[in-house]
Amino acid sequence: MVSIKEQFEIPAKMKTWAMALIAIGIISVVIGFIMHGTGTEEEQSVFWGTIMYNSIYFMLICNATMFFVCAVTLAMGGWHLVFQRVAEAISVMVPIFGVITFAVFLYIIFGGHLHSIYHWIDKDAVAKDKLLDGKSGFLNPTFFMVWSILSIGLWSILGARMRKLSVEADESPMDYEKGKHFVWRNTVTAGLFIVWFALTIGSVTPWFWLMSLDAHWYSTMYSWYTFASTFVSGCALIALWVIYLKNKGYLEYTNEEHLHDLGKFMFAFSIFWTYLWFAQYMLIWYANIPEETIYFKPRVQGVYKGIFFFNLIINFVAPILILMKKSTKRNYTMMTFMAVLILFGHWIDFYQMVMPSISKNTLTLGWLDFGVAALFIGLMIHFVGKALARKPLVAKYHPYLKESIIHQA
Amino acid sequence: MAKKKFVVGSFKEESVLFPAVKAVRKAGYKIHDVFTPYAVHGLDHEMGLRETSIHTAGFIYGITGTATALGCISWILVQDWPLNIGGKPHFALPAWIPITFELTVLFSAVGMTMTFCYLCQLAPFVKKHHFVLRSTDDTFAMVIDAGKSNSQEIIAFLEAQGAVDVHEQFAETGWWFGTYNKEQQLYKDTTVDIA
Repeated sequence: MVSIKEQFEIPAKMKTWAMALIAIGIISVVIGFIMHGTGTEEEQSVFWGTIMYNSIYFMLICNATMFFVCAVTLAMGGWHLVFQRVAEAISVMVPIFGVITFAVFLYIIFGGHLHSIYHWIDKDAVAKDKLLDGKSGFLNPTFFMVWSILSIGLWSILGARMRKLSVEADESPMDYEKGKHFVWRNTVTAGLFIVWFALTIGSVTPWFWLMSLDAHWYSTMYSWYTFASTFVSGCALIALWVIYLKNKGYLEYTNEEHLHDLGKFMFAFSIFWTYLWFAQYMLIWYANIPEETIYFKPRVQGVYKGIFFFNLIINFVAPILILMKKSTKRNYTMMTFMAVLILFGHWIDFYQMVMPSISKNTLTLGWLDFGVAALFIGLMIHFVGKALARKPLVAKYHPYLKESIIHQA
Repeated sequence: MAKKKFVVGSFKEESVLFPAVKAVRKAGYKIHDVFTPYAVHGLDHEMGLRETSIHTAGFIYGITGTATALGCISWILVQDWPLNIGGKPHFALPAWIPITFELTVLFSAVGMTMTFCYLCQLAPFVKKHHFVLRSTDDTFAMVIDAGKSNSQEIIAFLEAQGAVDVHEQFAETGWWFGTYNKEQQLYKDTTVDIA
C-alpha cells in the first residue's frame, strides 16, 4: 500500500473563511433582529421564517449525508468507504443545527405569538375553524415539540452510533469472524437509522415543520418532496467536500470513479425530485380545487412566480442536461459547479416552500436570507473541518475497503 | 459475405487473459473479439475499444420522442380539434407531460435496442458463428483476425501466452443469412478437452 495522508489538518484559510462567514451571519442576524425583530407581526414573521427555513434546510442536508452512509451500508455497498469519513463528518452538524432549529421552534411556538407563521397555534382561531379544529389532535404545540425532539434526538443518537462504529475499523486488522460481526453491527444500526428516517423525513416531520405553514392545505407528496430535495443536496455536499479534500491532497484512494457514482446520485435524485415536484403540481393543477390550489396561488401567479420557475430550471433542466454526460460526472470542475448549483437550487426550493406561506404578497428574498445562510455555512465549515481532523480520513481496516479502492463506476 | 481466417484461443482464467490481451496487442496482431461468459470489468479498456456512442444515439432518439409527443398532441388539441376539457386551456402543457415522458422513454429504449442489435449484427434469421461454444459457459475465447499472415506463428504465440486449444477457423463475420453447417458438428468440436 502506498503511504497516504491520513490525518486532515485544518488549513488557516479555512478557519479564516469559517470565522468570516460566521461573523457575517451573526451581524446579519443582529441587524435583522434590530430592524424586524420588534416590528409588526408581519415583519417578525418574515425574520423568524427566514431563520427557520435556513436552519431546517441546513440540518436536513447534513442529516441526508448520514442517510447516504446508512443506505449504502444497508445495501452491503463498499464503494463509498474511501470517503465515508467525509459524509460522517458532515453529519456531526445534525445535533448542532438541531439545537438551533429547536430553539427557533421554541420561540416561534411559545415565545413570540407569531400566528402568521404557524396559524394553528392560535387557539381562538382554531376553535372557530372547523378544519383546524379537526386537525388539532395532531397539529398542536405539544405533539409538535415532542415529535421535533424525537426526530432530531434520534437522528443525532443513531448517527453518533454509526460514527462510533466506524472508528472501530481504525484499530486493528479484522479476521473473517470479526469482520462479519462488524458488518452486521453496522447493518443493524444503519437499519434503525433508516427506519427512523422513513418515519420522520418520509412522513411526519415535514408535515409539522413545513406543510403546517399552510395549515388548511395538505399534499401526500410533501414529505417525499422534502426528502428528495435534501438528499440530492446531501449528495452534492458530500461531493463538494470530497473535491475540496482531494484538491488539498487528501483522499488519495478517492478518484473519478467514486466521483462518477456521486454524480449519478446527484443526477438521479434531481430527476426524482422533479418527478415528485410534478406529481404534486399536476394533480392539483388538474383537479383545480380551491383548497388545494391555495398553495400554488402565491407561488405560480403571485410575486414568487419568477423564483418558482427559476427553481425548476436550476434543479431540473440544468442537472438533466449537464450531468447526463459521463465526462461531466468525472470532471472535478464541472462537478464542483453542479454541486454548488444544486445546493443553491434546493436552498431556493426551501425558500419557496416556506416564505410564500408567511408573506404572501411581498417577495422577501434579500440580504437577510444570504446572511443567515452564511452563518450556517460558516458553522458547517468550522465544525465539519474539526470533525474531519479528529480521526483518520480512511477507515483502514474496514473489511470492504479493498472493494472501494478498486471500485469502477 | 466472404469467409475469413481466424485463430481462436481459449483461456480458463481472467488473470491469464488480461496479460495475453496486452501481449497480443503489443505484438501487433489484430484482435477480432474476445468472448467471455460474463461482462469482464476493464477488458474493453485493455482491448483498446473506443467508448460506445450508443448513449448519444439514445439521447437523440429520446429528443425525437419528446418532439413527436409534444408536436402531435399540440397539433391535435390546439390546431386540429380543440376541445374544452374541464375549462382547461387548449395548450394544457402539464397534462401532456406524462405522455411526453412515456414517448421519450419508449423512443430511446426501442431505438437503442435496435441500434444495439444492428451494431452486433443481430436480427431475425441472421446466424452468428460461435467460435468456442464454451464461451457461453466458463471459457474466455480470444479470436484473432489472421488475415493473410501465417496462422502457425499466431498459434505458437497464443500458446506461449497460456491459451489452450488454439486452432484455426474459417468463419463468416458480418451479416450472414446462411445456415449452420451440421449443427451437431459444432458441439462435437468442443469435445476437445480444454478443462
